[in-house]
Amino acid sequence: MKDRDEIAHALAASGYIADGELATAISLMQLLKRPLLLEGAAGVGKTEVAKALAKVHATDLIRLQCYEGLDQSSALYEWNYQRQLLAIQAHHGKDADSIEDQIFSEKYLLERPLLAAIRRQKPPVLLIDEIDRADDEFEAFLLELLSDFQVSVPELGTIAATTIPHVVLTSNGTRELSDALRRRCLYHYVDYPDVDREARIIMARIDGASASLSLQIARMVAGIRKEELRKVPGVAETLDWAAALVGLDVLDLHDVPELVHETLMCLVKTHEDKSRLTREVSDRLLGKVA
Amino acid sequence: MSRCGQSNDFQEIDEVSRLVSHKLAAFLRTLREAGFAIGLAEGQDAASTIAAGYAARPQLLRSALKHLFSARKSDWDKFDGIFDAFWLGRRVRSRAVVAGAAKPSNNPSLKSFGDTGATQGASSSATDQVPSSDDAPDSRGGEGRMEGASRAENLAEVDFRKFADPEQVADAHEAAALLARAMRTRLTRRDLLRRRGERLDLRRTIHKNISHGGVPIALARRRRKDKPLRLVVLLDASGSMSMYTSVFLRFIHGVLDEFREAEAFLFHTRLAYVSSAMKERDAGRALDRLSLLAQGAGGGTKIGESLQTFNRHHAARVLHSRTCVMIVSDGYETGDAALLGREMAALARRCRRIVWLNPMAGWAGYAPEAKGIKAALPHVDLYAPANTLKSLAALEPYLARL
Repeated sequence: MKDRDEIAHALAASGYIADGELATAISLMQLLKRPLLLEGAAGVGKTEVAKALAKVHATDLIRLQCYEGLDQSSALYEWNYQRQLLAIQAHHGKDADSIEDQIFSEKYLLERPLLAAIRRQKPPVLLIDEIDRADDEFEAFLLELLSDFQVSVPELGTIAATTIPHVVLTSNGTRELSDALRRRCLYHYVDYPDVDREARIIMARIDGASASLSLQIARMVAGIRKEELRKVPGVAETLDWAAALVGLDVLDLHDVPELVHETLMCLVKTHEDKSRLTREVSDRLLGKVA
Repeated sequence: MSRCGQSNDFQEIDEVSRLVSHKLAAFLRTLREAGFAIGLAEGQDAASTIAAGYAARPQLLRSALKHLFSARKSDWDKFDGIFDAFWLGRRVRSRAVVAGAAKPSNNPSLKSFGDTGATQGASSSATDQVPSSDDAPDSRGGEGRMEGASRAENLAEVDFRKFADPEQVADAHEAAALLARAMRTRLTRRDLLRRRGERLDLRRTIHKNISHGGVPIALARRRRKDKPLRLVVLLDASGSMSMYTSVFLRFIHGVLDEFREAEAFLFHTRLAYVSSAMKERDAGRALDRLSLLAQGAGGGTKIGESLQTFNRHHAARVLHSRTCVMIVSDGYETGDAALLGREMAALARRCRRIVWLNPMAGWAGYAPEAKGIKAALPHVDLYAPANTLKSLAALEPYLARL
């Protein structure tokens, strides 16, 4: 699984239409054993890359969703306190050492995503989603894990990785990431797909979307993205809209300008944007769609 | 994918990889000069990438190295140009050179500051021991705020543009830097005092009391995590502000150094992100880098357009709910004043406070008549003069309340 072409084909087969550069990035990930950092606007399909990668490697996807206040105990491991207490109560009267050996054993260890990822038999894809939402402290901790791939549990000792997972990090850019983390990773900027690629994405994902309709939808969305909106529609929104139109048995956007305008709610998600996309605007955009 | 396949032209492979091994080191140097953060590990990885056959075709190599060397969107965007210029000798070369070489610009205000900055860069320890006198002009019960800034007293009420000799300018810079530091310490102290509201953390409590057999003797609590105040400074570097730019740049340099979270932007006819350049420890070098970023200054001020760029490309990253945006400008908008109003409204929606510092507001008889400032004022939370060190210091209690 080294060749870029193979990767591109495998990604396409798994339903992810990648641009040429992403295939390079993934082949480099394998060659250099480095994590891949994906940046880009919301809804351009960053998370999908990891899902597709898991399909390509036919392996599990382990996902760690980051949020503010995420700490080691919900990301790495935690002792199962309740069970430990129960064990202490049940073995009341035995000598302390034997109880201690027992309650600090694997049986009482709760695996969280990061620990799970390095203990699988087959290297999984580890998706660290929206890393920019986690705190700086967590980022520093993650950096350590990503360079050593070992975890030390004070009561148990050091747990070394049995396999090195394929790590994908995504960021929406709500916070500037540290230079150290950036340097550790390969970088790929995911942009909105061009019309041609978006049309192929629609065809791959929506059953019953014809080539001509997909192209029309993609062109229309590309036009809407150029309008000054507060929330620019992502690929996920495009797919919603395409699914809606296919579900309503639309074959050609020009046949049903009214319906096109009414279903735009799939694409624009704020009141302000909605009021900016008046019927005149949607007709004008539709006019530009060949 | 269109660029893959059919490249078994061994002659080409040979030629390219020979070229690569000779020039890789020089290329890394070029990239570093252009602001890429590249260490030794990346160089080794690049070599192994090339050894693995990625140098077969320039397109492929470019794509591979782009992933390896870029660390952020700005790197990503300029990489192709630099690569093409370096390896393929395309015309973009001139742009890449401008991005890399640290030539001082011909912008008078920044250049002159760069010179004075270099002379005073390292010398600032002398004032630290001198206690500030009791009847300092700035005495709103702020004991200890001006810690060590003794020379600031006699400069405190002098308008920046009246600073004449280099020594006085250097003093002002030093005072501005100290002020920035003092503001930082004060803000931190207040932050701690205000923390309230502790809740019991049951999970942790059980864990903590396993040694007591589960009887909750030692309680674990969780406390609210306070987001530190973030300061985002947008500094007008246009010609009309040139008298003030240097002092404010020094102030911003101090702020970025001392605040845990601060970002800085320069604008004139366009917006430039300058935090990374400002984080240079040495003020003189930071200013050298800045003079580069500020190229093109002097052709009017497009505040509205600059704010639009900010809102569109930077706001999501640098603004959060505890952000104070500080705009330092005289408000002479040469672009569209209505656009400025709209963008100010959009900005006001996203951040906690907007402070507009206008050096001219401190002049006797000045009224905000420029149409730019008129359009912006309704969205501004604090509009203050900032032509003396004293007026800068007066901001601190305001920022502390955020």
